[in-house]
Amino acid sequence: MSMDAFFKDESARNLRSLLKVVILVTIAGAAVSSRLFSVIRFESIIHEFDPWFNFRATKYLVKNGFYNFWDWFDDRTWHPLGRVTGGTLYPGLMVTSGVIYHILRFLTFPVDIRNICVLLAPAFSGLTALATYLFTKEMKDESAGLLAAAFIGIAPGYISRSVAGSYDNEAIAIFLLMFTFYLWIKALKLGSAYWGALCALFYFYMVAAWGGYVFITNMIPLHAFVLIVMGRYSPRLYVSYVSWYALGTLGSMQIPFVGFLPIRSSEHMAALGVFGLLQIVAFVDYVRSQVPSKQFQSLLRAFIIIAFVGSSAALVLLTVSGTIAPWSGRFYSLWDTGYAKIHIPIIASVSEHQPTAWPAFFFDLEMLIWLFPAGVYMCFRTLADEHVFVIIYAIMASYFAGVMVRLMLTLTPVVCVAAAIALSNILDTYTTFDVPEPAAVEAAIATEEKAKTGDKKPGLLTASRESIVGIFSQGSKITVVGAFTFYLFLFVLHCTWVTSNAYSSPSVVLASRLPDGSQHIIDDYREAYYWLRKNTPDDAKIMSWWDYGYQIGGMADRATLVDNNTWNNTHIATVGKAMASREEVSYPILRQHDVDYVLVIFGGLLGYSGDDINKFLWMIRIAEGVWPNEVKERDFFTPRGEYKVDDQATETMKNSLMYKMSYYNYHALFPAGKAQDRVRGVMLPETGPTLNTLDEAFTSENWIVRIYKVKDLDKLGRDHASAVAFESGKKKRKGKSGQSKGARQLRVI
Amino acid sequence: MTSRAPAARKPAAASPSDPSTTAASSEPSSQSQNPLSILRTLTSRYSESTPSRTKLIDAFLVFLVAAGVLQFAYCPFNAFLAGFSATVGQFVLTASLRIQSNPANKADFAEVSPERYDLPYHRHCYGHDRNGKRSGRNDSADKDYRAFADFVFGSVLLHFFCINFIN
Repeated sequence: MSMDAFFKDESARNLRSLLKVVILVTIAGAAVSSRLFSVIRFESIIHEFDPWFNFRATKYLVKNGFYNFWDWFDDRTWHPLGRVTGGTLYPGLMVTSGVIYHILRFLTFPVDIRNICVLLAPAFSGLTALATYLFTKEMKDESAGLLAAAFIGIAPGYISRSVAGSYDNEAIAIFLLMFTFYLWIKALKLGSAYWGALCALFYFYMVAAWGGYVFITNMIPLHAFVLIVMGRYSPRLYVSYVSWYALGTLGSMQIPFVGFLPIRSSEHMAALGVFGLLQIVAFVDYVRSQVPSKQFQSLLRAFIIIAFVGSSAALVLLTVSGTIAPWSGRFYSLWDTGYAKIHIPIIASVSEHQPTAWPAFFFDLEMLIWLFPAGVYMCFRTLADEHVFVIIYAIMASYFAGVMVRLMLTLTPVVCVAAAIALSNILDTYTTFDVPEPAAVEAAIATEEKAKTGDKKPGLLTASRESIVGIFSQGSKITVVGAFTFYLFLFVLHCTWVTSNAYSSPSVVLASRLPDGSQHIIDDYREAYYWLRKNTPDDAKIMSWWDYGYQIGGMADRATLVDNNTWNNTHIATVGKAMASREEVSYPILRQHDVDYVLVIFGGLLGYSGDDINKFLWMIRIAEGVWPNEVKERDFFTPRGEYKVDDQATETMKNSLMYKMSYYNYHALFPAGKAQDRVRGVMLPETGPTLNTLDEAFTSENWIVRIYKVKDLDKLGRDHASAVAFESGKKKRKGKSGQSKGARQLRVI
Repeated sequence: MTSRAPAARKPAAASPSDPSTTAASSEPSSQSQNPLSILRTLTSRYSESTPSRTKLIDAFLVFLVAAGVLQFAYCPFNAFLAGFSATVGQFVLTASLRIQSNPANKADFAEVSPERYDLPYHRHCYGHDRNGKRSGRNDSADKDYRAFADFVFGSVLLHFFCINFIN
């Protein structure tokens, strides 16, 4: 009784808002601190691959100012081509951390830009919790909002992309996503152009930050469209949608990377179509209110349908004729899930683009995943305009998360929101402490009787407080609330465990355990990159597979041929071809591209499975896509169709540059005939491969990174001798391998 | 589509709480299927019942449409887009203002009050259903400019983007 009074009392409002602030601050604190495992355990560095480019770009921005950053032509990537960086990145992340950097400077806190970059994601996760709170508050009430904020604060599905050191676009994008959605709901509820314009402004920020803005571009029109179809058109919808679209589209076109896409590409056509449809619907709505005649209305309805069909037909026609670009491969592969594998191997090759397995949902969302459908169901029961949004969001995001692992990220917010709605409904029902008078119950029996059949089942889940239906026995209240409190605690434990064990390991350093339980850090990457940085000329060009392009650029500070921004498929295929071909073929390629060093990752000694031999098939496939006659995937398989590296490996495999570079001199580590590859789990042939055109320059401590120097044509003083060497047969190479072994001493440096 | 809407929107603004005109003028039009007579009804209703300030807005809308259509003759893509989006954007923002300031839609915009049509010089704009509104308006006078302030905010943002985009 006192609780209910407390929550309804006006005088307790200050106390409640204080409580709210304390809760939100605590949630933000939990969100930040649960993301710091990696910083505390290892060190404050940037993780993964992509963040290294973001970090490098941010350093450039801080050092050279905004205008130079905008016009930055980067000649240290994609070596012969270079990259117009200012026009091919989403600048939101860099500008955000640049602004934070300058603000802190201004406040006389000279913080290193690296620390700002490392800690940006945790800081923004606090803001995400706030935005989720606001969003859920619009859906139900403040208590559901607080629950949702707590959920998203620690849900592993979101933590996985926002731990400290994960300086990726998603770090700020999820906050912007939720805040844009919040502003959209707010604009729709109020019918205010001001909120619509604010929504457009944050949409603009989102466009500047992440390529996933297309999700918003399609979610809001879809919501508007569904509302129209449901017959829920209102002037509020018109005002909020058109103010969002007109400003947001124009805003999104300010980003050079987006450019004219919003009017040229199919992904953005839904927004334009709904914009046009809304004009017609608004007009019809007015005329209908003017002339209330059945015939006239049917006339208008026909007009709507004709206009809609006509504009869709025009859209299709424009798409077919090529004025509007069709779906880009990345988005198309979301619908036709087999498309990428067949046509664009580079998209399929990324592990994040694989379909999600069931356990991943439970792993990332624990109890939220089973509260999620219940929450969506409750949105159906109180179907206001904003609940339609949650339902659509839930459906779309579930589909996308099922298709692609990385899109679990966009699913997590709506799961948190829906689960919070469900849970707060349960708690609403089971934590009301007032018991109605028996007389009142008697009186209400009649009305109750009617609702009984309908409410019997969902009565467990929803608070039907209008009629006197409720849980009155203290025992059942305590049991249910106790059970859910237990689940909530379990949720916290699960989230902490998952974050600590699965998502807090930097990929730059590999941690392993020694038999006595102490930690052993394998730091081969940085060892090798640092070697490159210190022992190669400043303008040396490094060729590696594209995965390591950003890290080489960021840590070794050397020019690379290809990197993680896979904008030029042919160039990547060139590297793939060089790796997959015989030395005679690849050496001219290396020469033509001014390659000085070749870097391969080899995990055979340590059992590090993400090495280049395991990625080799993708290199072959990508190269085969461009040169089907010169590189054939079939040649790398044994007659029985196996991918082998041991004695049974095919000749093509054994002669490929990648194989030679990976296993070069490897057998020397072991007693004769005992050379073993711990990743593939096979014994290697007695004699290792020989290399004619490359010198081993560096091999890291655990043999993870191997760097080879490309021989000069005249370097050996025999003029065309090396050329002769790789054109001739095995005999001459045998003699040479001794020399190469001598060169291996270089790694002592 | 957008160019079609303004012409259509003209007949809109009559207040629904105008039973005499509604009954009188809509009855014959509902009977006749002739589009010409429907159009005639609409124009006459429009000129009769639309407040002069709304007519001003409509005149602006027509001008924007004309400007938008004219711009199709002009080519550099950036500049064309900036100019064209400016007219389209301004058009929809003005239409939003018009919707918000339409007393018929008052129920939809509880928070966003139109403008302060309880001022004496506005009185002629909104005939009979003004009284009920005025009582509601007076205690929140600062809210009264809300719709127009929204409009100004949106327009400023729009023009900033356009000028930035036009190069």
